[in-house]
Amino acid sequence: MRNKNGFSNLYLVLVFAVLYAPIFYLMYYSFNSGGTMHEFEGFTLDYYREVIQDTRLIIIVINTLVIALLSSAIATLIAIVGALAIQRTRSRRAKNSLLSLNNVLIVSPDVIIGASFLILFTIVGIKLGFVSVLLSHVAFSVPIAVLMILPHLQDMSPTLTDAAHDLGASRRDVLTKVILPIIKPGIFSGFFMALTYSLDDFAVTFFVTGNGYSTLSVEIYSRARQGVSLSINALSTMIFLFTILLVVGYYFLTRRKHRPRIAEPVAELGVPR
Amino acid sequence: MKNKGRSYYLIPYYLWIALFVIAPVLLIIYYSLFDLDGHLTIDNYVNFFTPVYLKMTLNSFWYAFLITAFSLLIAYPAAYLLTRTKHKQLWLLLIILPTWINLLLKTYAFIGIFGKFGPVNNFFDLLGLGEQQILFTGFSFVFVSVYIFIPFMILPIYSALEELNLSLLDAARDLGASGWTTFRRVIVPLTISGVRSGCMAVFIPALSLFMITRLIAGSQVITLGTAIEQHFLVTQDWGMGSTVAVFLIAIMALFMIVTGGSRKGVQK
Repeated sequence: MRNKNGFSNLYLVLVFAVLYAPIFYLMYYSFNSGGTMHEFEGFTLDYYREVIQDTRLIIIVINTLVIALLSSAIATLIAIVGALAIQRTRSRRAKNSLLSLNNVLIVSPDVIIGASFLILFTIVGIKLGFVSVLLSHVAFSVPIAVLMILPHLQDMSPTLTDAAHDLGASRRDVLTKVILPIIKPGIFSGFFMALTYSLDDFAVTFFVTGNGYSTLSVEIYSRARQGVSLSINALSTMIFLFTILLVVGYYFLTRRKHRPRIAEPVAELGVPR
Repeated sequence: MKNKGRSYYLIPYYLWIALFVIAPVLLIIYYSLFDLDGHLTIDNYVNFFTPVYLKMTLNSFWYAFLITAFSLLIAYPAAYLLTRTKHKQLWLLLIILPTWINLLLKTYAFIGIFGKFGPVNNFFDLLGLGEQQILFTGFSFVFVSVYIFIPFMILPIYSALEELNLSLLDAARDLGASGWTTFRRVIVPLTISGVRSGCMAVFIPALSLFMITRLIAGSQVITLGTAIEQHFLVTQDWGMGSTVAVFLIAIMALFMIVTGGSRKGVQK
């Protein structure tokens, strides 16, 4: 291993370079006054001004954030219930089938989720737009939040709830005073994962947005299909910086909250949307 | 402590399963039995077995296979080397970070990079190769998809490698195994579960991609994903779209059974 160190470092550097090149490429040309993604002519902030003054875009950003926050909150609530339901199931067989059902939406391709939800909403008679997008974001965020909460629930010692019961706590008290505080880190990471899933989703949203309602991903897609526009670059730079802030914030938050004991299942589950 | 009917609060979750997990699948199957005019028919299934769709399915498979293979080829060494670095957590975070950037933005970047006057073509010019058409080819599709999926391949392999008991490597060396033999006989079998979940995280989405295809490959590459999108949102032929979806679900289920089935042999 010793003499090969130079080569292996080079390989890693190369991988990182390729991973980040497109992102920095976008950022670099967001300042190009030439208006193209080649031949840098001069420095300008025009495209940033354009993004900030684009009221339609700002409404879309607000839409995206509202959907993300609202859907993650609702999904997390349902997921707490779901995790409890799975935990409570005694029969191993029933538990496994519940878990499999839970994971269906995680492993399903987005096109299928999108298409089937489109059928569902049309049949039920829900107008495509805010409600349909919100519902589908809740729907696909629930299973991931369940998977974040469940390990915490399983790690919890059953003697704690027994003790609470023995001391005369009602079921409600056991839930709110014992169980919820213990699984709080899981709830937070579940909410946060749901948030990132929702912010990042394109394929499902694309199917269930009607005319006139749009989220950021859908908007970027339709703009990108029309060709290169540097306002997308400016927008992506802003999103990138915002993302970094979010990640760093989350990193420090979780490092303080709980020891990095539970390997986050994100890696295995993070099917890109 | 059996459920004594006091578990009303579990209802939302079961409702979610019924409405958003079970119902959609049933609806897809149901709709696959109708043609454009709403008549009950199995024409869609007959149609699927015509050369157009079979070729498309094969094509889709081939591309998904290529994407998975290249991702694995690049990701395995990267994951391995990552476990050897100092500050692993930091490097891992740096691998994860790009996955948090919107997929469409990253794809969009490649429109510029692979474009006519983009840096890659400039580089080709410099080498005297002249200008090449890179955008809207199968190559660009595979490249961008691999780029997008690499982190999802690295992460599970990384965690499998992290769990690897290092004393086993020492033991292999003590018993006289060469570096290559150790890798082939010890490291790979013990990390195969990570490889498997990585392949799953790449292969299934790769079968159903449609946005990268549309933006980067133009009409050159048609996958099952693009077909579904086309049928649902453009031609409004939900029946045929659902039929393609049914096959995609079936393929997916088969793939999971196949990759999940042989798990017993290699687990610690």
